[in-house]
Amino acid sequence: MTLPRMLQGIFHPAPTPGVLGVFGHLDSTVTAIRQLKAGPYGELTVYSPIPRHELEDALDQPVSPVRMWTLVGGIAGCSIGAWLTLYMSYDWPMVVGGKPVGSIPPYVIIMFEMTILFGALTTILGIIFNALFARRRQGVLAYDDRFSNDKFGIFVPCAPDHAGAVEAVLMGAGAEEVRRA
Amino acid sequence: MTASTAPTTTPRVTYDYVTRAIARTLGNPTRGYFLLLGAAVALLTVGIVCLLFLLRYGLGLAGYSHPVYWAVYITCFVFWVGIAHSGTLISAILFLFRSGWRTAVYRTAEAMTVFAVMTAGLFPLIHIGRQWYFYWLIPYPNERGLWPNFKSPLIWDEFAIGTYFTVSTVFLIMGLIPDIAAVRDLATGWRRKLYQVTSIGWRGTNEQWRHYTRGYLYLAALATPLVLSVHSVVSWDFAMAIVPGWHATLFAPYFVAGAIYSGVAMVITLLVPIRRLFHLEELITVHHFENLAKLCLLTGMIVGYAYATEYFVAWFGGNPNERAAFWNRAFGPFWWASWTMIICNGFLPQLLWFKKIRTNITSLFVLSIFVNIGMWFERFVIIVVSLAGEPFDKFNNAGYNPTWADWGIMAGSFGWFFMWFLLFVKNFPAVSISEVKEVLPPPKRRAA
Repeated sequence: MTLPRMLQGIFHPAPTPGVLGVFGHLDSTVTAIRQLKAGPYGELTVYSPIPRHELEDALDQPVSPVRMWTLVGGIAGCSIGAWLTLYMSYDWPMVVGGKPVGSIPPYVIIMFEMTILFGALTTILGIIFNALFARRRQGVLAYDDRFSNDKFGIFVPCAPDHAGAVEAVLMGAGAEEVRRA
Repeated sequence: MTASTAPTTTPRVTYDYVTRAIARTLGNPTRGYFLLLGAAVALLTVGIVCLLFLLRYGLGLAGYSHPVYWAVYITCFVFWVGIAHSGTLISAILFLFRSGWRTAVYRTAEAMTVFAVMTAGLFPLIHIGRQWYFYWLIPYPNERGLWPNFKSPLIWDEFAIGTYFTVSTVFLIMGLIPDIAAVRDLATGWRRKLYQVTSIGWRGTNEQWRHYTRGYLYLAALATPLVLSVHSVVSWDFAMAIVPGWHATLFAPYFVAGAIYSGVAMVITLLVPIRRLFHLEELITVHHFENLAKLCLLTGMIVGYAYATEYFVAWFGGNPNERAAFWNRAFGPFWWASWTMIICNGFLPQLLWFKKIRTNITSLFVLSIFVNIGMWFERFVIIVVSLAGEPFDKFNNAGYNPTWADWGIMAGSFGWFFMWFLLFVKNFPAVSISEVKEVLPPPKRRAA
C-alpha cells in the first residue's frame, strides 16, 4: 500500500536535485565557497565535522536568531518568577520572620533561577526550531557519512543542465569527489 | 602558575583518529568494565537493602538524637551537589574563557554533573523519612490554599537544584548531538538505529552549526552564573540559620570553592580508570591532568583559607557561642572528623605545588580520593558537628553517631552514581569528538 501523495511529500520528500562535492581540506572548501558565491550558485549548503570560522567568514551568514529566543525566555522567566512569588505571598498574606509579605530580596533568588531556567529552555527550542525550519526550506539534501568524520562537503542545488558548470567549479577548487544528486 | 600551554595531543592525532578512537570506546564491554559495573551495582544493592530497612523501621535507624536531626543524608546531599559543580565549571566557564585543554575532559565532567545531581536529589527524599509524602516538597498549594514560603532557603534550594539539573542535562545533551552523529555514521546494526534517533537528524550543515554554536554560547553564559548561584543557595540553607558554625557571610564563596574543589577531584578519580580502560592516553594526556591538578590546587587554597578564616573569626569575633562551637569542632568528640577534613583539604593539596606530583597519574588519583574523603568530612563537620555542639542546647546533647544504615545508604549512593556513569560512557562518547577536533590543526592543502 502506498502512502497518499500528500503524506509522501511529508514523510518521504523527493531529494533536492544538485551536486555534492567532497573535500579533504578546509582551504579548498573555502575557495570553492567563495567561487560559488561569486557566481550564480550562492544558495549552497556546507557540511563540516566541526564549526570553523573560515567557513563562517566565507559563507557570510547573518547572526543566528537564537539569541532572541534566549532573551525572550530569560525575560519571561524573570517575570514568571516575580509573579509566582508576589502572587502567592499576597494570595495568603502571612508575615514570616517579621519581613514584609511581599519581600523582594529573597524573591530575587527565585526570579534569577527562573530567568536561567526559561532562558536555557527557550535557547534549546530556538536551536531546534531554527534548524528544523532551515532543513524544511532546504529539502532533502545529499549527504555523505564522512562529513561527520574528517571531510568537508558542499551541496549546490541546481537543475541537471547546470550540474556540469557546478562540477567544474568544485573540481577546480580541489574537491576529492563530485557526484550528482 | 597558569594553565600549561604544552600541546594537548600528539601529532598523529587527526580528525579521523579522534572519531575512531572515541567510537571504539562504545564497542563490546571488556571484563574490566564489567568488574567496575559489578562493583557499582553491588554497592547500590547494599544501599537499597539499608534503605528498605529504613523504610520499614523508620528514621530511628539513622541514629538521630536531639539536636542532631540533619546528619549523614544531608551531608551526602551537599557532597553530591558539590561534586556536580566542577562539571559546569569545566564545560561552561572554561568554554567562555576559551580554554582549549577542556575539550578532552569536559564530557566526563558534564556527565558526572548530571549523575551527581541525580544522586544528590535522592537524599532529601531519604531524609524526610516518610518517602510516600515526597510530593509535599513540591511547591503547590495544599488543601488549605497555603502556598510555599518563598522566604525559606529550602525553597530557594529546590528551585536552584531543579534549574541546575535541567540546565546541566540539556547542556550535556546539546554537546552530545554532533558526537552521536559522528558515531552514527560509523556504527552498524542496532547501535546505528539508536544513534540515528538520538542524533535527531544532525548532519553538520552550516545552518545547523550557525544556530548550534550561538545557542551553545548562550547556554554556557547562562550556566556560568547558575553554577555559582546553586552552591551559594545550598550554603544559605545553613547560613540563614543562627546555629554557631553556620551563620557566616563567608559561606557562599566558601561552599562554591569547596564544590569546585571536590568536583575537580572527582573528575580526576573518574578520568584515570576511564582513560586506561578505553585506551585514551593520546587524547587525555598528562597535560590535561596537570591542568586539573592546578585547578584543584587553586580551589584547595581557597578552601584552606576559608577554614583559617572561620577559626580566626570565631576567636576574633569574641562571641562565646561561636568560640565554643569551633573549640568543639577541633577538640570535641568529633575531633577526628575535623582533622580529617583539615588534613585532606588543607594540607594534602599543597603537594600539588610539585610538578612531579601534578604529572604523576597515580599520585593524582590517590590524592583525588583523599580530597573526596576530606570534602565529605567537611560537610559532615559543618552539618553534624555544628548541630551536635550547639551551645544553646548543651544539656540536651545526646551522643550522635552515624549508624550502619547511614553508611550503607551512603555507599549505595556511590554505587548509584558510578553505575549511571559507567552505563553512560559505554553507550555515548565519553570524550567530545567535535570539540577535540576543534583544537587540532584543520587539514589544509597549503601549509599556513
